[in-house]
Amino acid sequence: MKHLSDNYQDIRDGVRALCAQFPAEYHRNVDEEKAYPEDFVDALTREGWMAALIPQDYGGSGLGLAEASVIMEEINRAGGNSGACHGQMYNMTTLVRHGSEAQREAYLPKIAAGELRLQSMGVTEPTTGTDTTKIKTTAVKQGDRYVINGQKVWISRVQHSDFMILLARTTPLAEVSKKSEGLSIFLVDIKEAMKDGMAVKPIDNMVNHETNELFFDNLEIPEDNLIGEEGKGFKYILTGLNAERTLIAAECIGDGYWFTDKVTAYVSDRQVFGRPIGQNQGVQFPIAEAFIEVEAANLMRWKACGLYDAGQPCGAEANMAKYLAAKASWEAANACLQFHGGFGFANEYDVERKFRETRLYQVAPISTNLILSYVAEHILGLPRSF
Amino acid sequence: MKVLVPVKRVIDYNVKVRVKADGSGVDLANVKMSMNPFDEIAVEEAIRLKEAGKADEVVAVSIGVKQAQETLRTALAMGADRAILVIAAEDVHTDVEPLAVAKIIKGIVDEEQPGLVLCGKQAIDNDMNATGQMLAALLGWSQGTFASEVDIEGDTAKVTREVDGGLQTISVKMPTVVTVDLRLNEPRYASLPNIMKAKKKPLDEKTAADYGVDVTPRLEVVSTVEPAARAAGEIVGSVDELVTKLKEAGAI
Repeated sequence: MKHLSDNYQDIRDGVRALCAQFPAEYHRNVDEEKAYPEDFVDALTREGWMAALIPQDYGGSGLGLAEASVIMEEINRAGGNSGACHGQMYNMTTLVRHGSEAQREAYLPKIAAGELRLQSMGVTEPTTGTDTTKIKTTAVKQGDRYVINGQKVWISRVQHSDFMILLARTTPLAEVSKKSEGLSIFLVDIKEAMKDGMAVKPIDNMVNHETNELFFDNLEIPEDNLIGEEGKGFKYILTGLNAERTLIAAECIGDGYWFTDKVTAYVSDRQVFGRPIGQNQGVQFPIAEAFIEVEAANLMRWKACGLYDAGQPCGAEANMAKYLAAKASWEAANACLQFHGGFGFANEYDVERKFRETRLYQVAPISTNLILSYVAEHILGLPRSF
Repeated sequence: MKVLVPVKRVIDYNVKVRVKADGSGVDLANVKMSMNPFDEIAVEEAIRLKEAGKADEVVAVSIGVKQAQETLRTALAMGADRAILVIAAEDVHTDVEPLAVAKIIKGIVDEEQPGLVLCGKQAIDNDMNATGQMLAALLGWSQGTFASEVDIEGDTAKVTREVDGGLQTISVKMPTVVTVDLRLNEPRYASLPNIMKAKKKPLDEKTAADYGVDVTPRLEVVSTVEPAARAAGEIVGSVDELVTKLKEAGAI
């Protein structure tokens, strides 16, 4: 395939060199054992990749979401799964942009040095998925502490993180003029919380993705762990959500290229009836179509990154990038599995694993239908449909 | 001691090489390029010498097209202190010949006065295996080629060479030119903070004319052809059948 270098070639080369130390068997074994890719995430941390978004003054590299997205893309393109570690990337800007100087000084250097992980974000609840302002988890100020009660679900990497950014309601919905007001975000020390007040229940699932239910029963956290101003948490959490969507778009793009590369190599080689199956248009066209869609999604990814890094509103672009990229990687995954025939189902080809992993992103972190509703309502100005 | 490490920008070893339609060479347009793997080993060795306190500065040099600055940034990200780019070609398809490269490096050695030049034993694009030897001759220095071990003690370098019959260890007088082989070390890859630091390290830009070297080619490429495609094999049922077939084919 033609190689067109971009402005991030040094980052791509660096991540690829690291990923090359963790071949397909490594990720396959981690998946089979439902394990966490501890060595891989440690290596990424040690080599500074997980601190890309931390400003240089705090020991990071001070890069933007564009560079962070390249790191995630390359991990997935190399056959890995950024889902094990992308939380730290999308949470980081929330802490960097909205945290106090004291919080930045207390946490960022330690995260940069790999002593602490900030891999979890607690937003979703069993009865309120994307309807975020209706969350029922509450934080009530009592003296110098906040007391948290409620429940969260699909909260990932809790067992492999030291901190979580938690969204809770600090002013009841009935008492605020706008429903997006009265929400606050907190930095929760996970290990401390698990001693008293927070129970973690893992959810076994289709992909090797460590995700959990969380139950809060009078969890007390210091008031210093409030990020930004009380009541303005919804605005802050969007910083994390928009980053999350954009990064996942990039991961899907990495997956998309992994699938098109993998299937192109296979159909060029696989001989049936005396010629490579890749000579048939019925085989070529779905692969070409998927490739075109991945390339197009990539353009929207750069648009979202550009706006995000300029501090501009980018909700629509982040969502549209995620929509396009997840759709493209899924098409690519389908073509890849289909043309591998039976071998696509054999674990040793890695296709079935990547197929499951990329399928997640039609659903998480926001489902495809809800992106369509968002665009219909907020971009096109159509009546709210729900 | 200062160590000079020449690095070459070559077609990436993972790329499937394609011959240009007119047979004048290999197609390099929109192809991934990287540092010559033997040169990576040389950079790694130089950095290890610095880490061991035996060198105090590592200078990477590249001679070729402007884009070779990416290759130099890679060397800087690995740990070289500064870099010199000598632009000696406009078109990525122009390969500067070993003698011209050696003459330019000699010019740099005259200016920089390094105690050691560490080169890859050859570049994976044209496998010339000549620059290091030519440089030693031009400088009148000793040379230790195909090194799998380098040990510097004061005025001498003990170089273990990978030769056909096994390993040969020689002692050469410093300053010297050492060309490195595959098994000398395993090069490190750059961490993100080091990639960031590399962007700020000095990279001087020069031209071949600055060293008074004429880079006009002396060699003519007559033709370039792809290796012949492998013919289909045949499955034999027994050793006897194999021997018969080999005899029929005139192979034994």
